[in-house]
Parts: sequence; C-alpha cells; structure tokens
Amino acid sequence: MKDFLLVFRNEHVSSTPMLSPEEMQANMKLWMDWIGGIAAQNKLVDRGNRLEPDGKVLRPNNVITDGPYSEIKERIGGYTLIKAESLEAATELAKGCPILNFGGNVEIREIGAM
Amino acid sequence: MLQQELIPHLFRTEYRKIVSVLCHIFGIAHIEIAEDIVSDTFLSAAELWGVKGLPENPVAWLYTVAKNKTRNHLKRDALFAQKLSKEIKYTSDTTAEIEIDLSPQSINDSQLAMIFTVCNPCIAAEAQIALALNLLCGFGVQEIADAFLTNKEVIYKRLKRAREKLKSEQIKIEQPTADEMDNRLESVLSTLYLVFSEGYYSSNQDVTIREYLCFEAMRLVCLLVDNKPTNKPQANALLSLMCYHSSRFAARTNENGETILYENQDTTLWNKELIERGTYYLNQSSQGNIISKYHLEACIAYWHTNKEDSTEKWESILQLYNKLLLIEYSPIAALNRTFALAKANGKEAAITEAEKLNLTDNHFYYSLLGHLYSGINNEQAIDHYEKAYRMAVSVTDKNTIRKNIEALVP
Repeated sequence: MKDFLLVFRNEHVSSTPMLSPEEMQANMKLWMDWIGGIAAQNKLVDRGNRLEPDGKVLRPNNVITDGPYSEIKERIGGYTLIKAESLEAATELAKGCPILNFGGNVEIREIGAM
Repeated sequence: MLQQELIPHLFRTEYRKIVSVLCHIFGIAHIEIAEDIVSDTFLSAAELWGVKGLPENPVAWLYTVAKNKTRNHLKRDALFAQKLSKEIKYTSDTTAEIEIDLSPQSINDSQLAMIFTVCNPCIAAEAQIALALNLLCGFGVQEIADAFLTNKEVIYKRLKRAREKLKSEQIKIEQPTADEMDNRLESVLSTLYLVFSEGYYSSNQDVTIREYLCFEAMRLVCLLVDNKPTNKPQANALLSLMCYHSSRFAARTNENGETILYENQDTTLWNKELIERGTYYLNQSSQGNIISKYHLEACIAYWHTNKEDSTEKWESILQLYNKLLLIEYSPIAALNRTFALAKANGKEAAITEAEKLNLTDNHFYYSLLGHLYSGINNEQAIDHYEKAYRMAVSVTDKNTIRKNIEALVP
C-alpha cells in the first residue's frame, strides 16, 4: 500500500452563494458518506482538513499578494490522505467525491518518501 | 446468607480490596506476598468460622486478621521488612508502625492505583485483561480460563509473564498525575471495554460467566467515574455504553441459552433502569470537548434503545459510524456502517459499498451481503448466506443463517 494525497479544488467564485442549513447538512452528509466509505475499507490515512478561502502568496523580494486568484481560476478547498495499491486504485477511491457534483475536481498524487 | 455461601461471597468482594491495599503498601515486587497473606486470611476464616460460628462482623474480622498476619509476616521476615521500609516512604524504621489502613478511602485509592498498574501499556492487551480479572476482580486462574474458553496452563503463563513484566519494569502502584491522566486513562478504558466485550460478545455458552465479566467491567468503570481525577467524559461515555448494552441482558437469550437477535427481542424485558442510567452517563459525558470512540458508540447504543425504525434514527446511526471509522477502523464497525447505510441510503447503494469491503475471511461479511441481496437478487443472497453458513462456528450463528436461507427458498 502506498499513501496518496487527494487535493480538492473548486472554481473560485467571488461571491459564494449562501447555503441554507438544510443544504449545508445535505452537503455534509455527502462528504461524510464518501469519506466514511473509504474509512470502512480501512484506506483512510488522515481525513485531512478544509482550507479557509482567504490566503496570501509570498513571492521573491517580499512581494505579497492576496491569494493566487489573479492567475488561476481554481483554488484548493481541502485535502485528505488515503492509502491504495496503485495510482489507479487511489483514483477509483476518489470517485464519488462530492466536489465532483459542484464543478470541482480531485487531484490524486502519490506521496514520495523523503 | 448461609456460611458456606458467605465465604465465597466475601472472597469475591473483599479479597481484591485487601490485596490492593497490601500491594499498594508493599509495591509491585511483592504482589505474591500480599496474595499469600490474604489467601491465608480466608483459609483461617474457613477453618475458624466452621468451628466457632460466624463472627459478629465478618468483614471487620477479615480486615483485622489480615492486618495481624501482615504484621507477623513483617516481624518474621526482617529482611523483607527492611527492604520494604526503604521502598515505601514511611519515616518509621520499626515495622510495627507500618500502617495497614483498610478504611473505605484507602481501599478506594488502592484499587484505583491498581487499575492503572494492571492496565499499564507495557503489558499486552490480552494479558492486561487476564491480570485485571485476577487482581482487580478476584478471579482464579480456572475462572479466567473458563471465561476465555482456554485451559489453565495458558492463563497461568500469561499471568506469570505479565507479573514479571510489571516487576522488571518496576511499575509503581500509584495513580497517574493530572497531566498523564488522559493518556493513561485511555489504556485503562480500552482494557475495561475489552473485558466487557469479552462478556457481551463471546461465544461462551455460560451466561453466568459472561454477565459476571460485564458486571465486573462496569463496577471498575463506576469506580473511575466515582473518583474526581478519573471522572472524565470518556469514562462516562464508556459507562453509558455499557449500561445501554447490559440493559438487554434478559432479552438476548432464551431459556435454552440461545441468542435472540436484537430484531426479535421482547422489549419489555429490556431493563429500563439501566437505559436511564445510560442516558444519565451519556449526558455527563458531554461535559468537556472530547469526543472519544466511546461517545460515538454510546450514541449508537442510545439510538438502539428504540427499536422502531425511522429515517432520523438510521441517518444518525450512519453518521455516527462514519465518525467512528474516522477515529478507528474495525471490521465490525465497517460492517455495521454498511448495514446502517442500507437503512439510510437504500440497499443498492449499500451493496456497492459492501462489495468494496472485501472482508472475505469474516462470516458476518457474507451474512451482510446475504441480507443486502435479499429481495433484490435472492439467488445471490442464498449464495452469500451459504458461504456465511460454512464459515460460521457457533451454533447460534449457524441457526440464524439457516433461518435466513429458509426464508428465501421459494
């Protein structure tokens, strides 16, 4: 088994429409059912975290900007660590991730040992 | 109580108390001396009470005799006394002044300290269980062997190794400090949870032994909850879980000792008082910001105190299992989660998830698949149930699976 990082990206929209409590709960259920399914296969390494939307980017010569939004449309929304036999198997596990229903995507990367 | 019943009864309740206090005084290196003194005390009781009749206060009699025997031992064995007075922090150098305090407070403190000693992570889990039953619950080697469906030799060796380990690691018999508490409590709770589970889920046909194991585990968790330093949310959650589970004791076996599955239990036989206590400790456990696996399992058990199905019930149970699996994977949690998924999201969705579990060495896995395919593809369902039947060992499991197959055969 190898470890893989799942990076969740979604399109950056300047004003995220407010979700109703019911919608938020339904959304939460989709995530929990998906990640619970990975955990039930004993393939979850670390459920990871959600990332807050605000960020800064530091570049050489102390150039600091508010987030990477001017250059790319997508932003990272969160990450999770899983384990699988191969990149293909890890990709299979990523299927069903609720972010796919909302126009986002999942990047699957094998973690290389340091 | 008749005299021939009284001594075994007192042995159950008092042996471990006196042993704890003496061990607390002597230190881990001298457990056997403590045990010998207490055994000898009970031997004297058996001899004398038969001839002279019962003393007015049998417990006080036992305590006095145990104290005297300890003092005599210290006098006789000057070398031991010398070693002891170095080890323990008593200022006196005369052995007669070593205080043997058998007050309720001292017994309480000693038992608490012993729990932490026995459940020291330096000992393997199964040895901790055996040692807990032996030193904290007063079980003999034969009784432990009966509980584990194994022979005396195995348990004897297991206990011997565990004791040697405690000695070689020079584990102190003391309660952990406040800083260490959460960490140390974790291994205590996990051992007591295993003792309970051994009683609750074991395939042992002897209902008395099984209930006794559960009862003892609950008694020790009660001891933790009754003491301020150990009265932590996770201990309350574990006690809540145990109360909910044990509330179904009377309903889960029929007169032939066969297991009655949850779905078929007569709910009027569920113990209301234990359910109420479960809810009380569950509320207690919500103070603080820890959510342990015991919290989640207690909440699941809470939902099971109401047999009626509802969307809310199964959705809640599914989410609790999702969270439980994020804390700790276990095959049984994975299977139960998939069962709840079928109830909440439908059987088709659950079949897809179940087939990914791949727990092909577990007969419950095939029973689950049999259940999920029932009504969707009965031929497949029967296939799975038959696999489960071939793998199951206990008569109860085999009977349950056979009934499921019979219900599907046209």
